[in-house]
Amino acid sequence: MNRLVARDLTLAYEQRVVAEGLGVEVPDGSFTVIVGPNGCGKSTLLRALARLLKPREGAVFLDGEPILGQPAKQVARRVGLLPQQPVTPDGITVADLVARGRYPYQRLLRQWSREDERAVAAAMEAVGVTELADRVVDELSGGQRQRVWLALVLAQETPIMLLDEPTTFLDIAHQIEVLDLCSRLHEEGRTLVAVLHDLNHACRYATHLIAMRGGEIVAQGRPSDIVTAELVERVFGLPCRIIDCPETGTPLVVPADRRKALTAGML
Amino acid sequence: MSRVVRAGALSVRWEPRAAAVGVGLLAVGLAAAVFVVGTGDFPISAPEVVRALVGQGDQATTFIVTELRLPRAAVGLLAGLALGISGAIFQSMSRNPLGSPDLIGFTTGASTGALLQILVFGGGTLAIAAGSVAGAVGTAAAVYALSYRGGGVSGHRLVLIGVGAAAMLEAANSYLITRAELREAYEAAFWLTGSLNNRGWEHAAPLGWALAVLVPLALAYGRRLTMGELGDDAAQALGVPVQRSRAVLVAVGVGLTAVSATAVGPVPFVALVAPQLARRLTRRTGPHLMSAGLMGAALLSVGDLISLKLPVAVPVGVVTGALGGLYLVWLLAATGRKGTT
Ligand SMILES: Nc1ncnc2c1ncn2[C@@H]1O[C@H](COP(=O)(O)OP(=O)(O)O)[C@@H](O)[C@H]1O
Ligand SMILES: [Mg+2]
Repeated sequence: MNRLVARDLTLAYEQRVVAEGLGVEVPDGSFTVIVGPNGCGKSTLLRALARLLKPREGAVFLDGEPILGQPAKQVARRVGLLPQQPVTPDGITVADLVARGRYPYQRLLRQWSREDERAVAAAMEAVGVTELADRVVDELSGGQRQRVWLALVLAQETPIMLLDEPTTFLDIAHQIEVLDLCSRLHEEGRTLVAVLHDLNHACRYATHLIAMRGGEIVAQGRPSDIVTAELVERVFGLPCRIIDCPETGTPLVVPADRRKALTAGML
Repeated sequence: MSRVVRAGALSVRWEPRAAAVGVGLLAVGLAAAVFVVGTGDFPISAPEVVRALVGQGDQATTFIVTELRLPRAAVGLLAGLALGISGAIFQSMSRNPLGSPDLIGFTTGASTGALLQILVFGGGTLAIAAGSVAGAVGTAAAVYALSYRGGGVSGHRLVLIGVGAAAMLEAANSYLITRAELREAYEAAFWLTGSLNNRGWEHAAPLGWALAVLVPLALAYGRRLTMGELGDDAAQALGVPVQRSRAVLVAVGVGLTAVSATAVGPVPFVALVAPQLARRLTRRTGPHLMSAGLMGAALLSVGDLISLKLPVAVPVGVVTGALGGLYLVWLLAATGRKGTT
């Protein structure tokens, strides 16, 4: 059995039910990418997987045990989450922010161990923000800030990392940079689950792709096995062609040019 | 920069700068308290005050110092400590430098409770105290309930609703006073200014006991408060029980507000200013409850000393109000220049 599994989830905010009977299994050692239209419940699913949202029905299991029954700090040593909209405290420096990722390991009289020091230095090194250590996070560029937040999650040293839209608001070069970094983390042995908006990036990096719509999983599997024009049409309502990416050989989604049809219709 | 002391598996982090600021503030607060004790119809020099405090003074001086004047100084220090810590808690939770209990209605609610006792029910000292605690707690509960949306409380909503509540309660307080008899109205107006006059051990002792419980509790939750500034999701994903610690911190913060209002009345601005000044001096990010508390104690103690030394007698609330107003003007000007907070 895989380490992180969800069974028969009903996820809801007060009156609004987002998903019913949702089952997900995150393959150990995979780079799982979740795609789907806005509001289909991707963030909600990640929040449930990270123990942030209590399912109305069903349960999430971590290492075979219901995640809600396990102590918060112990879960936080195994599952990390980069939220979609993290809040950066005013005036905080890069090193201070990354250091907060060590909270699950700290206690009243174990405030800053050598382990903490090493993990924070390694995390900043891995995302290339060591030189920025004393800079104020508010004053960094969007790409730098995103890397700092990734370093915080890395410093948490969890075998499973959940990343909610880690590339949103970044320019294309920074998107690829962050995704290459994720890919490297995956190759080093971590299990990654990321929500991405760009289907082509999803196909390029995912070893396991989950396509969601309206709180349900429409398809999952290796991108080259499941991504077809019909699937994209069904999930996003977008007519398209699928070709092989000349660079990686993974599926490449080319939206159909509907402008001709539209103009023809208008005439 | 912080330093670490390690012994085996144990490690403790401390910041020399914050520690130095804390010691300095404590020294200022205590020094001001000594001069407060020395001031009065029968002036006592500072060395004599200290001698009386350590049990080396003559009988008459010792009586005046320990029985008549020390309670006033103690109430000033303790209430200032409570105000500074509660201000730091609410500013951090609301992520807003204006989110302090005196601007978001909690202190005004304490006044309403006290006024109702003074003017309507004609209660004694104990009833007035109970009224102000009930007023603060009731207002806090209402403001929280009204700001609650979708499983949590947002900082902006809390401040806006709190400011609204403060305005309404302010109006209610004014109305209560206009309906009062002249002598009662005078007593009420005096209470509303915030004063340290005529404070005895019957005020200082309960305040001390309450703080002996509330302050350690607040400090124990300080780290969780700091983590909460990362946003609920990130904090929770790092293992912080966000909702539970918020509930405890609100209760502790309201408790501190209520006991300080009960002891000195609604002294304005200390809770608002102390955390900000402490933060600038320590150059720390995030809340630092102890330095905010010590700053509060120093501010109220120094404010009291100023109020005693002015040629006309004014209550301490007038002094902190004037100083706080200057601070607000400066804060708004600085914010306007930078374009952000
Ligand atoms: N805190 C919340 N309270 C109420 N409804 C919410 C909340 N967060 C999300 N929703 C709703 O739940 C649905 C799924 O949201 P979300 O999981 O954020 O979608 P996605 O991440 O796929 O864009 C949306 O319709 C959204 O409006
Ligand atoms: Mg989302």
